[in-house]
Amino acid sequence: MNAVSLHHLAWLESEAIHILREVAGQCANPALLFSGGKDSLVLLRLAEKAFRPARFPFPLLHVDTGHNFPEVIEFRDRRVAELGERLIVRTVDESIAQGRVVLRRATESRNAHQAVTLLDAIAEFGFDACIGGARRDEEKARAKERIFSFRDEFGQWDPRQQRPELWDLYNARVHAGEHVRVFPISNWTELDIWQYIDRERLDVPSIYFAHPRRVVRRRNAWVPVTELTPARDDERTQTLSMRFRTVGDITCTAPVASTALTVGAIIAETAATTITERGATRLDDQTNDASMELRKRAGYF
Amino acid sequence: MATLDRIDRTDQGVLRFLTAGSVDDGKSTLIGRLLHDSKAILADQLAAIERTSRQRGQALDLSLLTDGLVAEREQGITIDVAYRYFATPRRKFIVADAPGHEQYTRNMITAASTAQLAVLLVDARKGVVAQTKRHATLAHLLGIPHLVLAINKMDTVGYRQDVFVAITDAFARFANDCGIIAATQALPLTALDGDMVVERGAHLGWYEGPTLLDILETAPIPDTPASLPFRFPVQFVARMSGTERGYMGRVESGSVRLGDEVAVLPGGHATRIRDIRSVESQRSIARRHDNVTLFVDDPIDIARGDMLVRKDEAAVTSKIVEATLSWLDAAPLDLARTYRLRHTTRDVRARVRRIDSRWNVNTHAADPAPATLAINDIGRVVLDLAEPIVADLYEANRSIGRFILVDEATHGTVAAGMIRQGSAAAING
Repeated sequence: MNAVSLHHLAWLESEAIHILREVAGQCANPALLFSGGKDSLVLLRLAEKAFRPARFPFPLLHVDTGHNFPEVIEFRDRRVAELGERLIVRTVDESIAQGRVVLRRATESRNAHQAVTLLDAIAEFGFDACIGGARRDEEKARAKERIFSFRDEFGQWDPRQQRPELWDLYNARVHAGEHVRVFPISNWTELDIWQYIDRERLDVPSIYFAHPRRVVRRRNAWVPVTELTPARDDERTQTLSMRFRTVGDITCTAPVASTALTVGAIIAETAATTITERGATRLDDQTNDASMELRKRAGYF
Repeated sequence: MATLDRIDRTDQGVLRFLTAGSVDDGKSTLIGRLLHDSKAILADQLAAIERTSRQRGQALDLSLLTDGLVAEREQGITIDVAYRYFATPRRKFIVADAPGHEQYTRNMITAASTAQLAVLLVDARKGVVAQTKRHATLAHLLGIPHLVLAINKMDTVGYRQDVFVAITDAFARFANDCGIIAATQALPLTALDGDMVVERGAHLGWYEGPTLLDILETAPIPDTPASLPFRFPVQFVARMSGTERGYMGRVESGSVRLGDEVAVLPGGHATRIRDIRSVESQRSIARRHDNVTLFVDDPIDIARGDMLVRKDEAAVTSKIVEATLSWLDAAPLDLARTYRLRHTTRDVRARVRRIDSRWNVNTHAADPAPATLAINDIGRVVLDLAEPIVADLYEANRSIGRFILVDEATHGTVAAGMIRQGSAAAING
């Protein structure tokens, strides 16, 4: 036996390219979920590595909560234009207008509601596979999910009925109405993502870097002060140097205090951090110890 | 800043290992300890398990770190293989945590299929039990080249060296009897307190070998031998500009150069490699692990599921395959039914002609001619295929000599197979 030496990023990249090509080879009508966030930007780079100079064998799909950071949407559109690939956008606002999503409060987080819009888009286009940028290190329920993860006709994930996944022989077979979610970067950590962004010199939206931002302190987290998330009467607004570790629905994504202006500085901060990405930045995951698992069972990404 | 050491400077790649043990061997605690002491657990995760431990009136329970799902926490068990990640300055680790009790074979096989090393947990009070033997045999069956026998709960036997020695001797005898050839390292530890996991601790001074983390950081990472023949399963055919077609895939073994004559199996058409591309560059050679797009001279029909091999290297195709089959599905093997066999990127219909034997997990003997294989059973079978595949043996070429069976009705994955000796003979017979 030889001792190998694929650098860990080369190993992760090779695995992801193989997975993306398996989706192209096995699935009749896949889509790649692209939000403009860092994980999906890495996915796009991996898709370039897998398929260029040919076009991607799938469209990009963004499920837009309508609660976006404008920098991220601008970035999304710029990146899509550079790639010359097709982007489909479906919005939670449309789902609300159709009565498919009912809000309890106009400004509430739309993070969980995305599942309805996503499943409607999957039905509309007849997608049999959705490629996503989820990572197993993000959350406990994700740690047990397959790379090719089967969803029934209601889009539900059943952790007890997962298909065994042996070697790298992935099984994407589904009946009409069912689909698989595919996670090519399952085995990556937050640190791997930033190291890869550095290695590939990828651009990321500006809000990942430290910038002055108006925030209030609420329950151990910094909450950005925006039109959708105004400060409460008893809260003191401060302007601090912050960055986002994750970008999602504006109403439930919290920034962290940071002075990192470069990818190198973010890598140093990530390596030294003492809080997980979700713990630091997702206000909605802390409501219940198992909130991710429950949302995933209902079809959430 | 000490934590900056976690950024790799001497990157030695990725080691995938699995952990296996019986219920209550302290496996979850060991993984929790490994993550905790290698600083892979962050403050909010720690706070969450402290909160839960307190609610249960317990001291800090590191095993909670690996109990993922609601159903598991309610029942205090682990349902499925879970994957954990940590990195040291030397390498990145992917841990497959295989639960010990329920559907043990299915979970263990799943975890073992991608593992390069197996950590087998033994309770020092109980010694080598049936489950230990089962796990060692399964690791051997899947060809994992490196076993670590982690003798846990040394505190409960007074940290006695003679207990450790007796257990390692018993395991060595068993391994010898079963022909387990994997390199085996044994070490004593106490996962609960962390002795010999990452730190040496104060109680096991008589043990002079490496800690568990030392073993994991220095274990050789097995690789496909460079001497194997070129194997390129076509994953996807891409239409480039105009009518030009590119054949995308990963070199599973061997290498190919520009101008090399290749055969397209199973059809057998011959052509030459005209171009080798990746997104970064045009190349003159593609080696194992490379994801590339190949272009050939002749406009012949090449599709997903075909395999490119070199004309000057041997390759045997066969419609009859002898294999070790691990049955993973609740519905047992039905000899009357047709299954889909997935071999590299190729899908063929297959039927099991006969079951020659079933491995008895208790006696470690082979039961001759069983009627079927049920969930968690492992048997030696002969399969008939509707179309031929490149039948490399699993022992010789792990990435080619393996397959899965998929149920044509449910589309579920029902079995894992490893091509064994006898397949070549079956072709002639």
